Amino acid sequence: MQADYIYPHFEVERNERRCNACGLCVRECSYEVHYRSEDGKFILSDDAKCVNCQRCVATCPSHAIKIVKSNCDFRENANWSSDSIKEIMKQAGSGGVLLSSMGNPQPYPVYWDKLLINASQVTNPPIDPLREPMETRVFLGKKPSEIKRNQHGQLICDLPPRLVLELPVLFSAMSYGSISYNAHAALAAAATELGTCYNTGEGGLHENFYRYGANTIVQVASGRFGVHKDYLEAGAAIEIKMGQGAKPGIGGHLPGSKIVGDVSRTRMIPEGSDAISPAPHHDIYSIEDLRQLVFSLKEATEYKKPVIVKIAAVHNIAAIASGIARSGADVIAIDGFRGGTGAAPTRIRDNVGIPVELALAAVDTRLRAEGIRNDVSLVVGGSIRNSTDVVKAIALGADACYIATAALIAMGCHMCRNCQSGKCNWGIATQKPELVKRLDPEEGCRRLVNLLTAWKHEIMEIMGGMGINSIEALRGNRLMLRGIGLTEKELSILGVSHAGE
Amino acid sequence: MIILNARSTDNAQLNESVRAAKGDCEIVGCIGERFIGAGLSDKTINIKGIPGNALGAYLNGAKIRVDGNAQDAVGDTMNEGEIIVNGNAGDAAGYAMRGGKIYIKGNAGYRAGIHMKEYRGKSPVIIIGGRCGSFLGEYQAGGLIVVLGLHKDGKRIVGNFPCAGMHGGKVLIRGNAEDIIFPDKVSAKRATEEDMSAAKGYIKEFCSVFSIDENEVLSSPFTIVTPDSANPYKRMYVEN
Repeated sequence: MQADYIYPHFEVERNERRCNACGLCVRECSYEVHYRSEDGKFILSDDAKCVNCQRCVATCPSHAIKIVKSNCDFRENANWSSDSIKEIMKQAGSGGVLLSSMGNPQPYPVYWDKLLINASQVTNPPIDPLREPMETRVFLGKKPSEIKRNQHGQLICDLPPRLVLELPVLFSAMSYGSISYNAHAALAAAATELGTCYNTGEGGLHENFYRYGANTIVQVASGRFGVHKDYLEAGAAIEIKMGQGAKPGIGGHLPGSKIVGDVSRTRMIPEGSDAISPAPHHDIYSIEDLRQLVFSLKEATEYKKPVIVKIAAVHNIAAIASGIARSGADVIAIDGFRGGTGAAPTRIRDNVGIPVELALAAVDTRLRAEGIRNDVSLVVGGSIRNSTDVVKAIALGADACYIATAALIAMGCHMCRNCQSGKCNWGIATQKPELVKRLDPEEGCRRLVNLLTAWKHEIMEIMGGMGINSIEALRGNRLMLRGIGLTEKELSILGVSHAGE
Repeated sequence: MIILNARSTDNAQLNESVRAAKGDCEIVGCIGERFIGAGLSDKTINIKGIPGNALGAYLNGAKIRVDGNAQDAVGDTMNEGEIIVNGNAGDAAGYAMRGGKIYIKGNAGYRAGIHMKEYRGKSPVIIIGGRCGSFLGEYQAGGLIVVLGLHKDGKRIVGNFPCAGMHGGKVLIRGNAEDIIFPDKVSAKRATEEDMSAAKGYIKEFCSVFSIDENEVLSSPFTIVTPDSANPYKRMYVEN
C-alpha cells in the first residue's frame, strides 16, 4: 500500500569527482545498498537499504561516500514524532511486534551527566598517580565481617571465593551467537591481558576459549544452554541471569536460523532448533528457590567459584537486591534500562526498567541499612560510557562496572543498531563467515586493551585529584559527588548533595 | 559399598563425603539433604530415606538410586547418568536435562521434563510410572518423556497444559489421552509400532528395575505427542 511508503532514513551521498567506481563499497555492504549501473560505469545506491553503519564511508579508498540523515520527514509535532508515525505504519502494514536492538534511546535523564566529581584543594592534597601508588585492584565476593582466629590465636584466612580484577571494569554478557567468534576471541584475550573478566552470556563456551577460563564468567540462564560440569568448572565465576536491563521481564529467543555450526555446538542443541530462554526460570519463584540454584551451582563446583546473580534495574530493586544478598549470592549485577541487546521488543526496551544510577544508589543504601552490604559485591552496567561513569558508579556504591556497548564500539561497532539483522558489516553481531573475518581478533583485543588502559589512567587521575588512592576508599563515598540540576527527590535517592552545598 | 550417615551433617559436608568416597556409597538416614551428587560423574549412590531438592543436579555420569521419594528438581540440567526413584518425585524433575535417564516409579509433580533437550549422541529419557502434574514437557526441545499412568487413585494421568511451547523430542502417554487438552502447536496421535520401537527398550528396563509386568504395561495403546515445528515462536516481528 502506498500509504506504507517510508522515505529512506538515510541517504548515500557519493562525491562523483572522487568516486572512481572501484566497487569496493558494493562488496563491503552486506545490506546491498551499493550496486553497479548496468553499463558498469557508475556505482549507484539504494538508500532504502542503508542502516548508516558507516562501513562504506570508512572503507572507501577515495573517501567519496558520506551518509546523511534524510530531511524528508513527516509533519511532526511534540506528540506525534516521526518515529511514532513510522512505527504505526510498520505495524499496520505487517501486524508484527516491533523489534529493535541496543539500549534504550529515549531522552530519559542520564544521571551520570548530572553528577559532578570532587577534587582536593589545600587540605587533604591531591595525589599524583604518576609518582605515587594508586590501587585499582578490586575483589568481588563476600567480605567477612569478623576476624576469626584459631585456638592458638592465629588468623584463619580461608576467605570465601572471590574474583580479583586489576581494574573495576568487566566485559558484560554477550553470547556467542549474538556476537561472532572473533568478537568473543577479542574479548577473551583482552580480559586476560587486562586482568579482568569477560562473560559468555547464555551461549555456552566455545572449546577454543576454555584456556581463558581464569578470566571468564560463565552464565547460567533459564534455558541452561551449554551448561554442564566442565563449563561450570571452566569459569572463574558463575553468573545466574535473572534479567537484562534492555528487556526486563522478557526472555531470549535466538531463532533456529542462527543456530548453525559452532553456535549449535556451544549451546549444545541441534542446528536449526530455536534456542528459547523463557522469561522466568521455571524453578525459581522465590528467594529460597534462587538460593537453591545458587547453592546447586556452588555444590557442583565445590564452593570454589563466586556466584553472581544478574538482575534488571526495576521498581523495588532495593528489596529485590536485599533478597538476593540473602540468597547466598556473592555478587549482584544490576543492569540498567539503557543496557544493550542484540534484539528486544521496542516497546519493552523503551519503557520498562529504571536508570541504573538510581537503582545502584537505592540498593547500596538499602544493603548498608540492613547491615549486609559486605555480604555481596555490586557490579553495575547498562550504559557505562567512559571512565567518569565508572568513577561516579563506584562513588555511588558499586564495586565494579560491566561494559558491553563501549566494548563493541572499541571493536568497530558504529552503533547503527541493527544487530537483529545478523548482517553486521563490522563482523561483530553476525555469524556470516565472510563478515566475521572482517574483525581481526588481535586488532580487536588491542583496541579493547587500549580503551581500558586509557580508562584506568583516567580513573587513577580522577581518584588522585580527590586525594583518594584506592578504589576501596572511593566505593560508596558519595561525599565525592554533587548533583546538578536535580530535584530534592532525585538527590535524596542518589544520596548526594546539590552542587554548592 | 561405603556407608555414609546423613544424620548430623549438612548438604555441603555430605556431598564432600560422597565426592571423597573411593567407590560406590550408600547414604542412610537421608532427610532432605539437598544437591546430593551435584555434578558427579564417577560412582553409584544408593540413598535410604528422602533426599532434598536438586538431587543429582548437573549429574555427569553417576548413578543414583533412591529408596523412597525424591523432592523438587531431580536431575536439574543433568548431562549424563541415571537417577532411579523408587517412589514419587516433586516438581521440575529433569529440568533442562540433556542426557541420561530418570526413572520415577510413582508420580511426578509439575513441570516434569521442562526444557529437556538433546544434543548429538545425547538424548535424555524420563519415565514416570504414575501420573504427573501440569506443564509436562513445557518448552521441550528434545529427548523422550514417558508417562505410564500405573497410579491407582483414579486421577488424570497428566495435568493441564502439557507440551506448551514444545519444539523438539517426544512425549508418550500410556492410553488414549482422551481427556487431555494439548496446545495448538503440537500433534497428539496414537503411537504406531514404529513410534514405540525406540521407547520400548527403556520401558522394559523401567519395568524390570521396579519389578513391574512389562507385558501388561505394553499391552495398552500409547499416545505420542510431537511438535509441529522446531521454531514455534517464529512470531512475526517487524524490524524497527
